[in-house]
Amino acid sequence: MNATVEKNYEILKNDALQDISKWQEKARVLVGTATCGRAAGALEVLDIFRKEVENRQLDVEVMEVGCMGHCYAEPMVIIYKPGFPPLCYGSVDEGIAKRLVTDYLENDDPCFDFAMAALEPNDMFPTFEDFPRGVYEQKIVLADCGLINPEDINQYLARDGYSALAKALSMKPAEVVAEIKDAKLRGRGGAGFPTGVKWEICHQAVSPEKYVICNADEGDPGAFMDRALLESNPHQVIEGLMIAGFAVGASKGYFYVRAEYPLAITRLRTALEQAREKGILGSSVLGSDFGFDIEIFQGSGAFVCGEETALIASMEGKPGIPNHRPPFPAVSGLRGKPTVINNVKTLSYVPHIIRKGVDWFKSIGTPDSPGTAVFALAGKVVSTGLAEVPMGTTLRTLIYDVGNGIKDDKPFKAVQIGGPSGGCLPESSLDLPIDFDSLQQAGAMMGSGGLVVLSEDDCMVEIARYFLEFTQKESCGKCTFCRLGTKQMLEILTDITKGQGKPEDIDLLLELGEDIKAGSLCSLGKTAPNPVLTTIRFFRHEYEAHIQEKRCPSLMCKDLISYIIDPAKCSKLCDACVGSCPVEAVYTKPDMLKDIHQDKCVKCDNCLVTCLPLYQAVVKVSPPVAVEGGGNHE
Amino acid sequence: MSKTVTITIDDKQISVTEGEKLLWAALENGIYIPHLCGVKEAERPEASCRLCFVEVEGMPNPVTSCTLSVKEGMVVRTRSPRVDRLVRTGFELLLSNHRLGCAKCAKNGKCALQKMAKERGLKLKLTRLRSLVKETPVDDSPQSFSFDPSRCVLCGQCVWVDRNKVKVGAIGFIKRGMDRKVSTFGEVKLAESRCTQCGECVKVCPVGALTASSEKESH
Repeated sequence: MNATVEKNYEILKNDALQDISKWQEKARVLVGTATCGRAAGALEVLDIFRKEVENRQLDVEVMEVGCMGHCYAEPMVIIYKPGFPPLCYGSVDEGIAKRLVTDYLENDDPCFDFAMAALEPNDMFPTFEDFPRGVYEQKIVLADCGLINPEDINQYLARDGYSALAKALSMKPAEVVAEIKDAKLRGRGGAGFPTGVKWEICHQAVSPEKYVICNADEGDPGAFMDRALLESNPHQVIEGLMIAGFAVGASKGYFYVRAEYPLAITRLRTALEQAREKGILGSSVLGSDFGFDIEIFQGSGAFVCGEETALIASMEGKPGIPNHRPPFPAVSGLRGKPTVINNVKTLSYVPHIIRKGVDWFKSIGTPDSPGTAVFALAGKVVSTGLAEVPMGTTLRTLIYDVGNGIKDDKPFKAVQIGGPSGGCLPESSLDLPIDFDSLQQAGAMMGSGGLVVLSEDDCMVEIARYFLEFTQKESCGKCTFCRLGTKQMLEILTDITKGQGKPEDIDLLLELGEDIKAGSLCSLGKTAPNPVLTTIRFFRHEYEAHIQEKRCPSLMCKDLISYIIDPAKCSKLCDACVGSCPVEAVYTKPDMLKDIHQDKCVKCDNCLVTCLPLYQAVVKVSPPVAVEGGGNHE
Repeated sequence: MSKTVTITIDDKQISVTEGEKLLWAALENGIYIPHLCGVKEAERPEASCRLCFVEVEGMPNPVTSCTLSVKEGMVVRTRSPRVDRLVRTGFELLLSNHRLGCAKCAKNGKCALQKMAKERGLKLKLTRLRSLVKETPVDDSPQSFSFDPSRCVLCGQCVWVDRNKVKVGAIGFIKRGMDRKVSTFGEVKLAESRCTQCGECVKVCPVGALTASSEKESH
């Protein structure tokens, strides 16, 4: 049987190499058309390349790829041209696309002024490794993202894709489980539970039917790692899920993907079809006696359905509401059968571990959290996007070297790490090496890898309120603490941001927060208070300013600020602010200087934005100016 | 044959059937643990009211007794500062969304919340939390009983009985989060639903949400 699998795999791989060789020697244009690229106009850019190449009768292959992680520079284009290093261009618009065709593809000017980096070392242009980001990044699961066409299985096969599956099929299932256990792979969905242990429990469970499920119900505000992986390299996840299925003795796998990810679902569906055509998926995987197939289940987008028992309930046609554990799904899961549920990222590591070995995996990261961590950098960081760094990298490196620091060179205030139920860590935590355990100790969590950077313009009370509002809305309502406790906390926080907080509110928030963590049924409730508890721990003075001085130190909470015009800076000749005001609150005084009717002002920020590049005369102040008696009326 | 095991609850040794859930073992031996959602016959505990917390020796945190199977030698405390605090908060949270006014309630004197308050020394009024009660219309369409959602604590006893005992399936939980409530399909009045008005749900309601008309008239 081993020989059959090996032979079948070799045939597939050789076919794939043959297939891609037809364009490998000629010029080709790769356009990143994952969701991030599309949002920035990648489809229009793709269209220009296709049309221009055809109009000019150029022998150039134009293809779609996924996301390289540099979402701040979308749309991204990579051009391979014989005689030149492969070059990556960022923020490509239709004009640049035309120039690249006429100047570079038609002629030989690589347009270095539009280029971001080269993909291979050369004498002409720096590579990503020459920038700090490239030095600290170590890509495993993101390695091929943005470089291969996710809708072409041959490109995955040509890069050794599915070789780990072929290798696993020549092992005993228990050996595969032992490898993953030995590699100390921990679940990347958030909790960091040892994947091998989960597989072992399911492997040992006696049942004629077992299931493996890929959890792609990513729903954290600010997180998009799973979506990017599915859109950029779906076969990698499929291969991981198949190996999981083989290891635990399942013949059926599912992708639980939220319906809000239509492109991920389309690309996944295409990938599954292609794998079936090649005999990779089906009754006899690569000619072995292992039969396995995968179905896609579209979840309708309830955040709590990422929780294992709620996910199962939702797949069974019931409301997506969590149940008490134990029994754990690995013992009694989907339809009462032993079921392994792993996150997209967790499964993406599996083929690499099987292919390159346990020692290789353990040589990366920290002893208790080996491997890399994938983060979605968002918020006030310059280079938003996906980054993959070894576990144990510090927050400082991640934000300042990989993410290129804070927008507009503003001072750093905090980082919200781990999604809506993570925690906000202050500047003193910047040198914390990030791994599952260190973050938990600091009061945050790895979560699924969302990382929102906050600057001095962000009010920590408002940030806590924002995240709690999200979890409160996403609470399924089943259990008392989560349903009513988060609502009570949200009401208190809302009052504080409006300047209606009471001195005893902070203690009440702490008490409720701790009780909700201890008393809730599922992890949504058990972690929901984290943003509130950590912001109180590290930024208590901001809460106190709101409550005692009715002042928002970050000038963010609308009820606690006023817009005023500094007469010393205001120009008599300009009335841009007057024109920008939607409610006629800004007016011209007899001396031609401008002023604001405080009672009319709706704090929309238009006048400030308009004046900023001109005179910087409009400023926000807190506490707000008293409106009594009309304030600054003429 | 089911085995009998000996466990200790609050220094009292009791013999119970192995594997039985701790909550029922305690209650049947005269040891009170606050609870609302537990149904002994249910295959899987709902564990949603989050009131039946106890401390078990060897476990780091308080656990819900409705989900814990008894084991030989288990040592349990139904009271401890941590348990009392969780129960108090859980109780207050439920009160914050339960229309008060016991004097005007048909279940006055027979209410599970009142029993809890008495047993644990809790106040039947809001002190530190704000009221989240919404004004909702009472469904008095059935002949013999009425349903007041503003007094409902979402324990699910009525839903369980309706579905598993009388097997009618007229009511269930609808909506999510703060909007979660017990309702009929399509949110029609009970009398317009498939409800047979058997009254079993009224018998199990631990608070004054489902009340018989005879009780209604007496007040």
